[in-house]
Parts: sequence; C-alpha cells; structure tokens
Amino acid sequence: MVTDAKTHVAIGDYQYGFRDPTDKYVFTSRKGLDAEIVAQISEMKGEPGWMRQFRLDALKVFDAKPLPQWGGQLDELNFQDIFYYVRASEGQEKSWDDVPEDIRKTYDRLGIPEAEKKYLAGVKAQYESEVVYGSLEEGLARQGVIFTDTDTALREHPDLFREHFGTIIPPSDNKFAALNSAVWSGGSFIYVPPGVNIEFPLQAYFRINTENMGQFERTLIIVDEGANVHYVEGCTAPTYSSESLHSAVVEIVVKRGGRCRYTTIQNWSNNIYNLVTKRAMVYGDALMEWVDGNLGSKLTMKYPAVYLMEPGARGETLSIAFAAAGQHQDAGAKMVHCAPHTSSRIISKSISKAGGRASYRGLVKVNNNAAHCKSHVVCDALILDPESRSDTYPYIEIDEDDVVIEHEARVSKIGEEQLFYLMSRGMSETEASSMIVTGFIEPLVKELPMEYAVEMNRLIELQMEGSIG
Amino acid sequence: MTDVLTISDLQVSVADTPILKGVDIEIRPGEIHALMGPNGSGKSTLAYALAGHPLYEITGGQVMIDGEDLLEMDANQRARRGVFLAFQYPVTIPGVKVADFLRHAVSNIRNPGRKEGESLIPMREFRKELRSQMDQLGLDAEFARRYLNDGFSGGEKKRMEILQLAMLKPRFALLDETDSGLDSDAVRVVSEGLGELTGPEMGVLIITHHERLLEFNRPDYAHVMLAGRIVETGDADLAQELHANGYAAIRQRHPEAAAEEQDQEAQQVASTT
Repeated sequence: MVTDAKTHVAIGDYQYGFRDPTDKYVFTSRKGLDAEIVAQISEMKGEPGWMRQFRLDALKVFDAKPLPQWGGQLDELNFQDIFYYVRASEGQEKSWDDVPEDIRKTYDRLGIPEAEKKYLAGVKAQYESEVVYGSLEEGLARQGVIFTDTDTALREHPDLFREHFGTIIPPSDNKFAALNSAVWSGGSFIYVPPGVNIEFPLQAYFRINTENMGQFERTLIIVDEGANVHYVEGCTAPTYSSESLHSAVVEIVVKRGGRCRYTTIQNWSNNIYNLVTKRAMVYGDALMEWVDGNLGSKLTMKYPAVYLMEPGARGETLSIAFAAAGQHQDAGAKMVHCAPHTSSRIISKSISKAGGRASYRGLVKVNNNAAHCKSHVVCDALILDPESRSDTYPYIEIDEDDVVIEHEARVSKIGEEQLFYLMSRGMSETEASSMIVTGFIEPLVKELPMEYAVEMNRLIELQMEGSIG
Repeated sequence: MTDVLTISDLQVSVADTPILKGVDIEIRPGEIHALMGPNGSGKSTLAYALAGHPLYEITGGQVMIDGEDLLEMDANQRARRGVFLAFQYPVTIPGVKVADFLRHAVSNIRNPGRKEGESLIPMREFRKELRSQMDQLGLDAEFARRYLNDGFSGGEKKRMEILQLAMLKPRFALLDETDSGLDSDAVRVVSEGLGELTGPEMGVLIITHHERLLEFNRPDYAHVMLAGRIVETGDADLAQELHANGYAAIRQRHPEAAAEEQDQEAQQVASTT
C-alpha cells in the first residue's frame, strides 16, 4: 500500500482516498478516445462483431452530440486526458485469497468480504475496468439466478443479453450514454427467473484506483414475472489533484408483478465527475424503487428514471444528496407514465454545506391516454450555512386531464435555536449539527436495510466532521 | 469556593438593548429560588444568558460556578458542568428520536470529557433508567421513539423537559415558566415530578407566574425582578404575597425601577410601530 505525504494532506475528511500501486497492472490503454482505442477494448475482450460495431457506432454518436448546457459545469472535463481501459489483474476470482494482495487489502479496508459473510446473497467487486471477484449463493444459482459481470454475460448468455442490451437506454439517448456504449467494461448482469424471491441483497462495489482513470461499467438487470431482487452498489476512489470520470449506464426491466430495489451509496472522492444514466422499464403491477444516496464526487448528474409501461406499474425514488465544499450534486428522478392507472412517488432530501451546491432536478411526465395516474413529489432542502446553495428544478409535462399530480418543496436552514437547544444538553456544535442533519434524512434512511442505514449515517457524520466553527 | 453558582452584577443586552442591568443571586445545592416579576422584566433573559445562548450579549458582571468563570464556556460546556435550562418553548428537532437524543445527552453530561464519536452509555443500562424515569412521569414507552418535540402537545413538551432534568441530574436547574400554558392536571404532574427530583444535591431557580409549582416546591428564597434588576428578595411568604396582590405594591415600593419599566415599554411600542 503506497501512502505518501501528499495523499494524507489531500484526503481531508474523506476516508477512502488511499491508493494502491499500479506497476503490476496487466494492461493500461493509452490516454485518449478514438476508434482505435474503442476497437482495442473490444479486441482485448474477444467480443463478437456486433458488439464491436455497436461500440464504434456509439463513438460516432458521442462525437456528434454536444455537451449538455444544463446541470453542472462540464467545460473542464478533457475527454482526451483519460485512460479508458485499465485491467489490474488477469481475471475474475471466486475466492478472495486468489485476488492480488493489494486489491484484496483495499476491499478489506472497505469492509466488503465482511459484509458478504454477514448479510449478502452475492458480491461483485469491480476494480478499474474489470470485475476482479464474484460470488453468488449456491441455492440461488440452482434456482436459475444469474449474477455475473456484464462481459461474462455477453459470452455465456448471448441471447438473453442481446434481447435487452441497449434497448432501454440506446446510445443516442444522451452524450454520456453514447460514451458508455462505446467504451463500457464490467458492471453487473442479473437475471431473476419468474417467481424467485432473493431475500438478501446482491451487492456490487466499484473502485477506481488510477489517476485520470475513466470507469464505464454497464449494468443490466432483468427481473422476470413475480420475481424480487434488491441490488446495492457502493463506490469510492483515491483523492487525486486531477479529475477522473465515472460514467455508467444501468438498464433494468421489471416484468409483471416483479419488484426491484436498486440502492446506491455513492461516495466517490471529490475529483470524480459522476455522470450516470439509469432507467427502468416497469410492467403491469410491478414495482421499481431507486434509493439513491449521493455523498461524494466533484459533480454528479444523475436522474434515475422509471418508465411505467402497463396498468398497475409503480415507481418510487428516494434521493439523498449531500454537497460539501467543492461539490455539486445535481440529482433527482424521472417518472414517465406511459399507461393508465400507474403511480409514482419521488422523495428528495438534499443538504448543502461549506459552499456546496445541491440541486434537485426532476421530471414527471404523463403521456396521452395514461389516465388515472397519480404522482407525488416532495423535495426538502437543508442549507447549513450562507455560503451554500440549493436549487429545485421540477419539470411536469402532462398530456392527459384525468391525473393527480402533487408537488411540495421546502427549503430550510439549520436553526440557531435548534443548535442552542441541543448544545444546552451537552452536544458540541458539530455533534448538534450532525444530529439535525441525521434527523433531516431519517425518513429516508429508515427505508434502508439496517446495515446500509448505519453506513449512510456514518458517512453523513464524516461529511459533517471538522466542517463547522 | 465550591458548589455555588454566583451571579454578580450581571448585565445583558439583546440586539444592543440592555435588558439585565446588574443582577446578583447566589444559589447553593439544595436551595430552591423563585424568580418572579412582570412580563418583560428580564427573567427569561437571565435564564438564557446563564445557559449560554449566543444572542444574549454579556456587557458586564460575572457568573462563577465552583470558582470558575461560567461566561467563558459555551453552551455545551456549561451543560457538562451541570447547568440545565428547562425551556419555556422547547425546540422541535424532526427525525431525531427522543431516546437517541437523550442517550447522547446523558453520555456527554456524565462523561464531560467525551468527544463526538466516542462511545455512548451502554444501551441496556440507559434503557432501564429511561424506562423507570418515564414511568414516574406517566409517559408510555412509545414516547421514547417519537421525534424530539415533533407534534408534541404543550403538556408533552413540558414533561419532556422534566424527563431530561430527571435523566441529566443537573447541579443547577433553571426552570423557565415550566408551568405556563398547561391545564391544572398537567401543572400538577410537572410540579410533582419536579418535587421528586430536587434534593440536597440540586440548586434550583424557578421562574414562574403561578402558585402551583411553588406549592409543591416551596422556595427558600423569592426574588422579584423589575426592569432588569432584583428589587426585593424574601422567602416563600413574599412569593405568596405577589400571587395574591400582584406587582402594584412592588412598583410603589420601587418607584425608580417602575419608571424605568414604563420607559422600556414606551420604547418597545415606538420601535414596533
């Protein structure tokens, strides 16, 4: 483990800013992005011709699309100054003992093997561009559950893969979806057969290690009729003085009567651009829930979407964003009602402190003929000091008369009276602020399984520490 | 000097307006002091200033606790030294459960050197104690799981303050109109609760308009405040006289302070119109 003085200074409050040596890496592409690099990635992976062509076509779409002029400040992002494909080890292991030592130690420090033993049904650990470790409970495998990295799925389940891949978020959707389609590597592939209920969560953990490394995982989840899965992802990276890019695409299908919950605890270091496209197609009487916690990154632009395709489909997004010094969290949700008798709910809680900026950006759209829809949106923002900023951008597009849409938004400041009350009971100022913030997000955190609720509260406390006074 | 809270010539301004103009009180463990006086005389200002509210500016005088300067400490240090203010208007903290809040408070006050993140009082021990104190105050178990003062009735808020007093066991308790806004049953519960808690270890300053709280907690001293000064100090009989006859006699006996009171009121009217 290399930890030099510079790293210690740079880490500040961030606990996961350590880094591993990169001299034993198996392969690192040259910096920059062009057709040669894209073809090289496809070749390294031994992909079929259609995927290679898909990537090259996506690169053209990426080149043709301008940068978005809304959301966050992207001008400083230099696409030619990024490594697009970095392979740290030879292959994916089924035992932590076989994972190279430096990498294994990193996951130990992140607590992944321990969590796996206690309460997970399966784990994928992605390090740089590739998944280095994978597991799935035997009983689930016997029931036909597939939980593998997306590259392996392309090789081993080509029909299921091709039926869904790129159909929910095509490369033309937006510039960063096109980028991911061109250079994607790793990510999770999950298939849950009809009626199978996976009791414990499946978890993926994404780690960037190299400076200027771009991580572009691609996740595809198919929940068949009446099936149920909870998928959790976490992510961290070392702290460097120059920027790195994380741009994932997550596609989900929830078939009739199925249920999918996707929980993200995003804790990238403050030099990562986090530009992610996530979307679920939900069919009759099925439920999609996004629980989206954004605590890290320099800039996050992420709006998990649910397309409600048939009557009875439900979508729910719980979004928590915490923007500290130098951070901009532009997060929210999209709910698109494509069928009658569908319902959606968005609850967003954002916190900004020490000059951070938290924006809620959300869309509720009701298509023509999608009558009797219901949507409820609640946005609460807490601003901790006068230097910090909060914005709300709610978009509502309704092409149908017979619908019920409710929107509430509140902005509050941490009150001097609240601080005094808690301090007069022996809390330090930091402890008091932390308690107020924890209370503010409590209604969302209590929706999480206990282990993740504890983790979320701990991360919030870390964000609060050393920040006040 | 130990075990004494000594307030000497204390002067306090709020938003540059002088409110307290030289207050002297000395409180020893086991003593109950009643502080009485008409609205606007400065009673709550004294309580907030002693607890360390940042908006209450000390412009003169001193307050010593066990021979140390209380005014040098911030609110949380004062609490850890054993000063407790029962608020007239307790503050709502949404999302923070009563039990979690109390466990942190108890941990800090019993272990004054505790820093945030350090271990809390053991859960089992804490729960047992909390349950027994809640029983005494007639609060059911569900109360501990509610969010702090969120949606509480007036009576529940005041009982919450007394519950904190019971759990934190301060050495000096300041009660700011703990009996205001309550019906007579609630006043009885709160008064009896307080009566159970006070003892030879605790010095108490009760700010009140009402008689009931003092019936259950008979004061050793009664102070009367007028226009930011203590104009008279007596015993329980003085408190009773004020309840019976109001402040007219006090104003007559202290015409200078009464005139100052009228000036202050006139200024307040001028500044609000």
